[in-house]
Amino acid sequence: MSILITGGRVVDPGRFVGIADVLIDAGKITAVGPKLSAPAGGRTIHAEGKLVVPGFVDLHVHFREPGFEYKETIQSGSAAAVAGGFTTVCCMPNTSPVNDNQAVTEFILERSRLAGLANVLPIGAITKGSEGKELAEIGDLRRSGCVAISDDGKPVMNSLVMRRAMEYASAFDLTVVDHCEDIHLAEGGCMNEGLISTELGLPGIPAAAEDVMVARNLSLSELTGARLHLAHISTAGSVRMVREAKARGIPVTAEACPHHFTLTEELVRGYNTHAKMNPPLRTWTDVQAIKEGLRDGTIDVIATDHAPHATQEKQQDFTEAPFGIVGLETALSLTLGLVEEGVLSIEQAVQKLTSSPAAAFGLQKGTLAVGADADVVVLDQHEPWEVEPAKFRSKSRNTPFAGWKVKGLVQTTIVGGRVVFEANPVER
Amino acid sequence: MKRKDLLSLAPLSVDEITLMLDTADSFKEVTGREIKKVPALRGKTVVNLFFEPSTRTRTSFELAAKRLSADVINFAPSSSSVVKGETLLDTARNIEAMQADIIVLRHSSAGAAETLAHGVKSSVINAGDGWHEHPTQALLDLYTIRQRGMSFRGLRVAIVGDVSHSRVARSNIYALVKLGAEVRLVGPPTMMPWGVEKLGTKVYSNMDEGLRDVNVIMMLRLQLERQGRAQFPSIREYSRLYGLTAERVRLADSAAIVMHPGPINRGVEIAPDVADSLSSVILDQVANGVAVRMGILYLMSGANA
Repeated sequence: MSILITGGRVVDPGRFVGIADVLIDAGKITAVGPKLSAPAGGRTIHAEGKLVVPGFVDLHVHFREPGFEYKETIQSGSAAAVAGGFTTVCCMPNTSPVNDNQAVTEFILERSRLAGLANVLPIGAITKGSEGKELAEIGDLRRSGCVAISDDGKPVMNSLVMRRAMEYASAFDLTVVDHCEDIHLAEGGCMNEGLISTELGLPGIPAAAEDVMVARNLSLSELTGARLHLAHISTAGSVRMVREAKARGIPVTAEACPHHFTLTEELVRGYNTHAKMNPPLRTWTDVQAIKEGLRDGTIDVIATDHAPHATQEKQQDFTEAPFGIVGLETALSLTLGLVEEGVLSIEQAVQKLTSSPAAAFGLQKGTLAVGADADVVVLDQHEPWEVEPAKFRSKSRNTPFAGWKVKGLVQTTIVGGRVVFEANPVER
Repeated sequence: MKRKDLLSLAPLSVDEITLMLDTADSFKEVTGREIKKVPALRGKTVVNLFFEPSTRTRTSFELAAKRLSADVINFAPSSSSVVKGETLLDTARNIEAMQADIIVLRHSSAGAAETLAHGVKSSVINAGDGWHEHPTQALLDLYTIRQRGMSFRGLRVAIVGDVSHSRVARSNIYALVKLGAEVRLVGPPTMMPWGVEKLGTKVYSNMDEGLRDVNVIMMLRLQLERQGRAQFPSIREYSRLYGLTAERVRLADSAAIVMHPGPINRGVEIAPDVADSLSSVILDQVANGVAVRMGILYLMSGANA
């Protein structure tokens, strides 16, 4: 079936920005241009006054399946993704069992196919069981469909293992993703170390716990030439080091999460467990540095680190509650907040959600080029709404943004030429 | 008292702290009587909910509540109920359902009392939450200082030891700074939390300098299990650098008092002869604890409203 999207403002980063129609046929983009004619028997979506953009690519989600289906499933996570404009999501391997082998990878891909919503692309583990000791069968993971490797929340502390992982992965042109945290420096910590952790009597995670691992990883990337992607950087120090590394030609990309450019550690006051994530919310200075890094291109990618947890888990006392918040259904609005603030142009914002993340993992996604997969989002950049967690498609409600009045809503999400989400499912 | 709960001294005004000390004064008299009991809280139920083992604080609260004629329940949830998945809030709601008027909570997590207070209608008194605060301990410390005729404005107080992990230190810092005292923190930098001088304190890594001319020496208990875990190399060295000896007491003001929240490690952070000396008010602190907690229970019960 074909779809014609008419009259919208197309933002195809690095390629085209302007009013145009977009024609989709047989799951591919077949034309972008003025006054395209509607194919017989096809559907027309009127997008006047709206933005038409490539579907968003999220390099960092936790879909919890297999193992923690009470938090999220691939089905519910995919529904949240497409509602938030994400047509491709890369899921971290910290499931149970860990995605360190072909069987788990194939299971995830099969579940994704059955859900039939977003493209769910698995990230394989770097080491067996993510224990940081022996390399996982990275070649097998690649062959069965993993698009990157990471031990995510259990960062590889042994630098020799990390070096070998980088060398080995480069044989398969796989990006190595690291959650940069020195687990010894961070031991027992549950918020940013600073005056607020001192006041609240909470164990802190110093910025240095991230910085030292960013420095190590950049050195190893320089040594091995392997492609490195730094997950959710949160400190001014990380931004500074990545900027310098890029200037020297180290093949590194970096992502930032909406909460790290929107919130500070102040939110932890009152022991708010929805302000508990890892890396933790940092200081105002760090937030400014993250924004500057996004603005000047040091930070390539905006990713959500969508981390669903059940209500009762977040109701535990602060030190016991798990790290993480859901993000797929709020990321667009928070990113548009940067546009409204003047930090990013709309094209830059879309780029950090589409073509840049696709490039970081070498995915053929995030573009409206003729012949590309028809993953397209129509959105209203200015539509106001209030964040109501009860309405999330995600199974979990753990967000610090409840009650926030924000702008920007997805109207229609198309994956592979099929409409998979409509905010208002009435034929216009 | 307009507050439902006593969670922390940080947000209290000088007037509120003074009211608590004054109220303790009136109950101090009761604890000296032949019959140490008044009917102020008759018909009220106080639940001591202690998730962490504690003998002296729990006993002190129990005695305080009984002397006010309240019904007292001691509830020490076994770790098994945590294993069973019951959250703190569930446990507390169960207790509340039994019409508890006041819940006294001791918990290993900072913020536990605040979390609980938001979830229940009963008054919550924080009897120590992680490294955060131990407000009743600080209030009894203040009471003991005041009892000695010292006034807080300009008072020089040295708090010695592991401030980083100490709820007693935090509560005392908040209250003493507010009351106009000069608060010195003495200990190795590994035991000082980030930016603690921004709370209005002065930090000394040299004990002799920190003790010079102080009016109050407040020793903290050394948690021996932290030895070797990066905080200090050995008890021997800690004791040499930061142990309170009679010689060091002489660096302080001649009328200085020595305090300790207990239980003390004799010969580690405090020399036995100092603990037993005339300047030591350690047992006064314990005795005053009951009167101070009576006052707090009384104020929180709304009996004075």
